[in-house]
Amino acid sequence: MRRYMVRRLAQAAGVLWAAYTVSFLVLDFLPGDPVSAMAAGGLQTGQVDQAQLAALQHQYGFDQPVLLQYGEYLGRAVRGDFGDSVTTGRPVAATIAAALPQTFQLTGAAILLAVLIGGGLAVVATITRLRWLRQVLLSLSPLAISVPAFWVGLVLVQLLSFRARIFPAFGDNGVRGLVLPAVTLALPAGALIAQVLGKSLLSTLNEAYVETARAKGAGRVRVHLRHALPNAALPALTVVGLLVGQLLANAVVVETVFARNGLGRVIATAVTVQDLPVVQGVVVFGALVFVLVNLFVDLVYPLLDRRIVVGGRRGLA
Amino acid sequence: MNGPMVAETRPAAWEPVRRRPADWGRLCRFLGRRPGLVLSIAMVGLVALAAFRPGLLTARDPLLGVPSEMFRPPSGQHWFGTDELGRDLYTRVVYGAALSLKATLIALAVAFVVGGGLGSVAGFIGRWVEDLVMRVVDVLLAIPALFLSLALVTALGHGTAEIAVAVGVASVAGFARVMRAEVLRVRQAVYVEAAHSSGVRWYTVLGRHVLPNAAGPVIALAALDFGAAILAVSSLSFLGYGAPPPAPEWGAIISSGRNYLANAWWLSTLPGLTVTALTLAANRIARALDGEWGTQR
Amino acid sequence: MGHAAVTASLLEVRGLTVSYQARGGLVHAVKDVDLDVRPGEIVALVGESGSGKTTVAHAIAGLLPGSGRIDAGRVRFGGYDLTALSERELRAIRGAQIGLVPQDPAVALNPVQRIGVQVAEVLRIHGLATRRAAAREAIELLGRAGLPDPATRARQYPHELSGGMRQRALIAIAIAAQPKLIIADEPTSALDVTVQRLILDQIQQLTEQLGSAVVLVTHDLGVAADRAQRIAVMSQGRIVEAGATREILNNPREPYTRKLLGSAPGLTVVRTRAPISPARAVLVAENLVKEFPLPHADGAARTVRAVSDVSFTVHAGETLALVGESGSGKSTTARMVLRLTEPTAGRISFDGADVTAATRARLRELRRRAQMIYQNPYASLDPRFSVHDVITEPLRAFKVGGRAARTARARELLDRVALPPAVLERKPAELSGGQRQRVAIARALALGPDLVVCDEPVSALDVSVQAQVLDLLTELQSTTGVAYLFISHDLAVVRQIAHRVAVMQSGRIVETGVTRDLFDHPAHDYTRSLLAAIPGHQEALPHDHRR
Repeated sequence: MRRYMVRRLAQAAGVLWAAYTVSFLVLDFLPGDPVSAMAAGGLQTGQVDQAQLAALQHQYGFDQPVLLQYGEYLGRAVRGDFGDSVTTGRPVAATIAAALPQTFQLTGAAILLAVLIGGGLAVVATITRLRWLRQVLLSLSPLAISVPAFWVGLVLVQLLSFRARIFPAFGDNGVRGLVLPAVTLALPAGALIAQVLGKSLLSTLNEAYVETARAKGAGRVRVHLRHALPNAALPALTVVGLLVGQLLANAVVVETVFARNGLGRVIATAVTVQDLPVVQGVVVFGALVFVLVNLFVDLVYPLLDRRIVVGGRRGLA
Repeated sequence: MNGPMVAETRPAAWEPVRRRPADWGRLCRFLGRRPGLVLSIAMVGLVALAAFRPGLLTARDPLLGVPSEMFRPPSGQHWFGTDELGRDLYTRVVYGAALSLKATLIALAVAFVVGGGLGSVAGFIGRWVEDLVMRVVDVLLAIPALFLSLALVTALGHGTAEIAVAVGVASVAGFARVMRAEVLRVRQAVYVEAAHSSGVRWYTVLGRHVLPNAAGPVIALAALDFGAAILAVSSLSFLGYGAPPPAPEWGAIISSGRNYLANAWWLSTLPGLTVTALTLAANRIARALDGEWGTQR
Repeated sequence: MGHAAVTASLLEVRGLTVSYQARGGLVHAVKDVDLDVRPGEIVALVGESGSGKTTVAHAIAGLLPGSGRIDAGRVRFGGYDLTALSERELRAIRGAQIGLVPQDPAVALNPVQRIGVQVAEVLRIHGLATRRAAAREAIELLGRAGLPDPATRARQYPHELSGGMRQRALIAIAIAAQPKLIIADEPTSALDVTVQRLILDQIQQLTEQLGSAVVLVTHDLGVAADRAQRIAVMSQGRIVEAGATREILNNPREPYTRKLLGSAPGLTVVRTRAPISPARAVLVAENLVKEFPLPHADGAARTVRAVSDVSFTVHAGETLALVGESGSGKSTTARMVLRLTEPTAGRISFDGADVTAATRARLRELRRRAQMIYQNPYASLDPRFSVHDVITEPLRAFKVGGRAARTARARELLDRVALPPAVLERKPAELSGGQRQRVAIARALALGPDLVVCDEPVSALDVSVQAQVLDLLTELQSTTGVAYLFISHDLAVVRQIAHRVAVMQSGRIVETGVTRDLFDHPAHDYTRSLLAAIPGHQEALPHDHRR
């Protein structure tokens, strides 16, 4: 177990390092001259003269060989220093930290809702004897997956804020303000859980051990909850791990729709003004969260399914 | 062993197998039982028509505003209503189809070609090539797709083609994964070994056995990714990274409608409904490709 | 028969008709089946796949899948008509009065529950024990089912047990509530032969103790002959013949029963093939060794030895059978001689030339002259190819003849394997298993090879089809002079086709000999236990009610 954990941790660190490298390559390297882009986009000083450019080049180390730049930046990144925002001048780490509580509230509430909605939907759809109810429930998730998150948000705001005036349309204060964005974010995620769990439940119900349970005289509810669900939930658990990435990404859109000052807004604004250090910081942070969550899932998995020989799974889920 | 199989009791003497009826009949029966699928194909067809011949669907100009007709709600005259400049929303959505479809197809092509290529190389060659490709794929998967797209947009700049490439690159990893898994699955199939053992050369095995049999799930994934790509493209466009304002990109239309949510509901609702309908249709078709057709008899 | 009239039936099936809702309409799986089971007796339901035997068993236990429906008939059991009961009432009978021993123990236990919990569940469901008592009783039941160290086993998960042990756990589940009837659905077909016998012994012994009746569903007439007092033979959804075991074996009335008896390898006394006079050696394997590395092994690189020090010779026109249970290394050996797996050590000569390390041209020469037939004809043919493409593929690979010549050769080969030319344009999916295996044989013969390695070529086929394919192989050998290396786990099959037999156990050949000698005078203990495990050999029928 310990060996496995050490190897898994090393793997996670490797992925993070590579994620940083990818973002470095994309942002600081690909489009020719990032400094003029920053100067034009970020500082908004109208015309930028050559001297200013050179000063900036020097400040960001772009006048040095690429490999040297990379080494220096990586060294700082390991210590949590992603440089300063080009627009605000605040350190990137501080910018992210300030936005985090908002986003964690939102994604936390959303994932809870998603598991409840998705899990409930899948279980009810497979356990019910009513054919029409099953059909209706099972067709809900493909629908929810196909709806753009920003549009759901806008429709909810229209109906529940402007017409019914139940929830505030914008802003990030209090629980009432959290309801609409969390629901918006949870819908596609819940649909994905419902789809995976539903599919997995249906195939599990065809397994021979379910027949064994029925042959013992077990009733419908017992067969579903005691025998099928524990087996079917395992693939769904992996999906929850993968969902974190999707939730963070959708948070960008949802926070924009509801004008919440979270991580999503930070990166959306940074992209608009081409604030490279902030974009890179958030991208690497996203990878960090993803890697941590999946590390957790991987460590929990063998405890739930004894067939998984520890160390048998390779790479990320 | 289980009941419904009734094939295996043939005598030694040959007993003729019923030939399958012509495939057209099968297709008609298949579609006849699935009205939703027919509707989906119609929807995709309609959007394709809008993209290539928008003039056939509307006679108006998407950019021409009529100041006297601002904020008209949907009616027989203006199916989707008019916007803050008095432009016909339906016309804008029709003309927007070309931009959105173009972006979606570019994204898909990038993902399919790059991802599929990497995956089949990794699956067929194996060894260190596979290790290298799959480590890169792991990394790409670890960065949330939209974040990766955003980073690329930052680097490439704003515009329809730019967001298309950004979306495409973000889904390369998924394609590479599925393609590799498929190639590996087929490569281990007994009929591939049978071909090897009867002396068929490796490139012939690759071309005649492995790729044709591995392609199915990848094409199904492409169909499924079509829906996801529509959503991702319109999300980026919604966030304002697409073509600059007068261009009728769907995401941008919805975004500009946000400002008038309280008094002109149709401005963001109806274009959003269009995106939803197209995504739904694409996903329905993907589902049909992914198995229903193959398992139906 | 007078005795039988007095004993009331425990189970009385009359006119049972079952259909499945499949795409494209109803499939009638079972038609008008009558079946009687008296208390304490074993009745075997024998048939080939698709005969409807499993459907009958499931219909009795009320376990038909969702698409299945009982259209007509009744199932009287202990005073109830099971077809008229509600799901709730049926539930009270299932497990308590009717137990089920399922087909494949590998998948029939819940993988995330401990064995003990799964056994105790029966008692808990039917309120036969408190939680504590049920746990204790479960251990005792596991012991009665023949599991050594039952207290430990009860705490383990299914994947930690071998196939035979899992089947014993399932038997413990079936007998837990001391049911009056046990339905055993092919209880041993997924197990190795030596384990099969032990499991059947256990079922027989336990049900005798409990006085339970057994419906034994099997495809193997030999198993039925050994265990059952009465046999019902099913074909295409109907019972074609039913009666006392002796009667059926000695005086079969129906042609189908006779055919089944004739093709049951264990029951018929077959002429073994006399050894051929030693001709030139086609294949010589010397001291073959194959080691596989163990993944995730700690410390020094560990390996597992699948084949160790195996030597044999196959002569021209001869069939050498390599016999062993799963894991004995027989398939690995077969793959090594064709160079589909690289041997760790040893030497392979083909027609006098050393091919152990042959590459390119010489390896292709080997590929041309040595072919392979695989176990599963459903997997060994590319689903996208037509039969024509399949058969001509080796010809294309070696650029033999033009297009027309290859097609002509394909027709000729089809004729040889007794398939009509019309099959040429078909896809494998349109053919039955036996037909597919014929296509695979035609492909193997396309280049006129000197050696064909047959890896369990009939074990995926029904018995009557098995017999036809074996006959075909024999006939082709006599006309073409091809040599076979015949891999099988089934001694009964081997006896029909092999000139010589080599018995493998744990990677080694423990005994080699001419077929007749080996069957009549086995020298090694393991060979003896394999021979004893062939069903259909138990002379006395225990507890024959009609004696």
